[in-house]
Amino acid sequence: MTDATQLDPANEYKPPRNQWLDVWDQFKKHRGALIGAIVFLFIVLGVFLGPLIWAHDAQFVPPVVDMIKLRDTRPIYTVLWESGAKVSWAHPLGTDNLARDYLARMMAGGQVSITVGLAAMTLSLLLGTLIGVLAGYFKRLDGPLMRLTDLFLALPLLPLLLVAVLLFRELLAGALGPEGGVFVLIVSLVGITSWMQTARIVRGDVLALKEREFVIAARSMGTPSRRIVLRHILPNVLSPIMVSATLGIATAIITESALSFLGFGFPPDFPTWGRLLFDAVDRMTLYPERVIWPGLAISITVLSVNYIGDGLRDALDPRIRGR
Amino acid sequence: MFDAPADRKTLVEVRDLKMHFPIYAGLLRRHVGDVKAVDGVSFDIFDGETLGLVGESGCGKSTCGRAVLRLYDITAGTIRIEGEDISTMGQETLRKKRPTMQMVFQDPQASLNPRMTLAGIIGEPLDEHTGLKGSARRDRIYELMDAVGLNRDFANRYPHEFSGGQRQRIGIARALALHPKFIVCDEPIAALDVSIQAQVVNLLEDLQDKFGLTYLFISHDLSMVRHIADRVAVMYLGKVVEVAAREGLYADPKHPYTQALLSAVPEPDPVLHDTAERVILTGDVPSPSNPPQGCNFCTRCPQVFDICRLKDPQSREIEPGRHVACHLHNEPQAAGETAA
Repeated sequence: MTDATQLDPANEYKPPRNQWLDVWDQFKKHRGALIGAIVFLFIVLGVFLGPLIWAHDAQFVPPVVDMIKLRDTRPIYTVLWESGAKVSWAHPLGTDNLARDYLARMMAGGQVSITVGLAAMTLSLLLGTLIGVLAGYFKRLDGPLMRLTDLFLALPLLPLLLVAVLLFRELLAGALGPEGGVFVLIVSLVGITSWMQTARIVRGDVLALKEREFVIAARSMGTPSRRIVLRHILPNVLSPIMVSATLGIATAIITESALSFLGFGFPPDFPTWGRLLFDAVDRMTLYPERVIWPGLAISITVLSVNYIGDGLRDALDPRIRGR
Repeated sequence: MFDAPADRKTLVEVRDLKMHFPIYAGLLRRHVGDVKAVDGVSFDIFDGETLGLVGESGCGKSTCGRAVLRLYDITAGTIRIEGEDISTMGQETLRKKRPTMQMVFQDPQASLNPRMTLAGIIGEPLDEHTGLKGSARRDRIYELMDAVGLNRDFANRYPHEFSGGQRQRIGIARALALHPKFIVCDEPIAALDVSIQAQVVNLLEDLQDKFGLTYLFISHDLSMVRHIADRVAVMYLGKVVEVAAREGLYADPKHPYTQALLSAVPEPDPVLHDTAERVILTGDVPSPSNPPQGCNFCTRCPQVFDICRLKDPQSREIEPGRHVACHLHNEPQAAGETAA
């Protein structure tokens, strides 16, 4: 009644605006998130479209004579401070100890690492959210599901991963080919061993939310539980899910590299950022660039995803939006 | 004066409603007792009237209101709405019955999902129970917003962008969406500013006239209940101690607790204020998990006598339309029953 006086007849029947437009408007205002999104897009494009321009085979080892001549080339910028360095414009980032082009390996490795990171994060997020919501909302499931979570937290993960790889690698490789099999294996292993933190956080939030009056109001109008969860509970636990999602990508990339390092991940000649990093550690003092580049790539990817998650979380919260 | 509206149809009939919350304790989480939030409440609500439910905090008013709508699985008793027993109905059958009974909540901030727009909030019951889509749904939402006096431009806004009074209007619009007959108002004005309280109460009254609504109006504000209610039920520690028509109750309270409660209403006239005889109760409300033996009020009652500590008084109709649960008002019968 107090505001009814400023009714503008022109706007009176304006249909509701799509709220995803509001989300995008707010996301654009978050400078960190916008920069993060641009950087992440740049990395993804570079890694997936780059090989079309820089058409080197990442796994190609030249015949022995050429290999000895070409191997251990330094990156092109090394001449800036070391005039006698072995550099070549044919290999701007240098070559490794088997004369494989490092730029091509970085791009091929990025494809695998980013895909593994995103896929494993999505899987662990789905599992964690599902288990957290079920445990928090349905009292009967709370005990069994949270004990299951404790069980997974108490498992020694690395030995478990190694056993699982040994058991299933041949099986999956037979069905999906050596690389596809390992990809599915690693994604599912990382996914099902990293959902516990998300589940715990989500359960706690759901426990608090389901006693709020708007959930009781939804029940009083006869909304079934599944729609209460989808409409009222999930949108309100989005913030903690976002945070654990962005952290999850980093964990997934790093776990994958640890597995590859131990020889239980992708085949040794198959590049991933983690693999490149670990291969280079032995001769780090001689060739620091081989550690710096993959390390930098992992850090920047994780950081940019973190900022995207931060911005998305703010943009999805209507209380922050519009400020 | 104490007119019993006997000619009117009973819309809601609550008989011996009990809502006990179990307490688990110890290493094995054994069931060691119950919080008897609502312990044997009976009342009728007639079609088109407002029944005020008053009592101090923690006496079980809100639990009673929620139990009547079956938001809890009640421990015992029957609830009939339009003659249909809903006390043991399964949630799926109950869902079809939900449109007739709705609820307005105490805290308008907490009762609206912060991530939904106003249109989404008011539209939710429409999505659940009607097939309205697109512009038909939008028109109904606008109609409801008009009914509670909200500007149509607000449809895309979020709850945090509104004032307390506006939020409560949203809550009322949502409750009205399905053309309900019966609305439980759970302290709808307790969280509001005094100036806004009057607005919201007047809105509720207007809507009652317009749509023929029946209210169960839960409040601890006795003057507001006097303004809006036709009949008043007084609760103490999970039980209804007195039900009477408004005028009779305020003019001549029968139960000692009602007398004490009414004497606590602030008196604006300073002369009367100083000379007013107040009934000051001593002590605290006993714990609902361990109520006293006999009458629940016997620990604080200024007019307590022997039988009160032994036997729980039954509610009796001492005058037409006036039920009191007190030994003072039914000595002969009570004595007879003890002898038997």
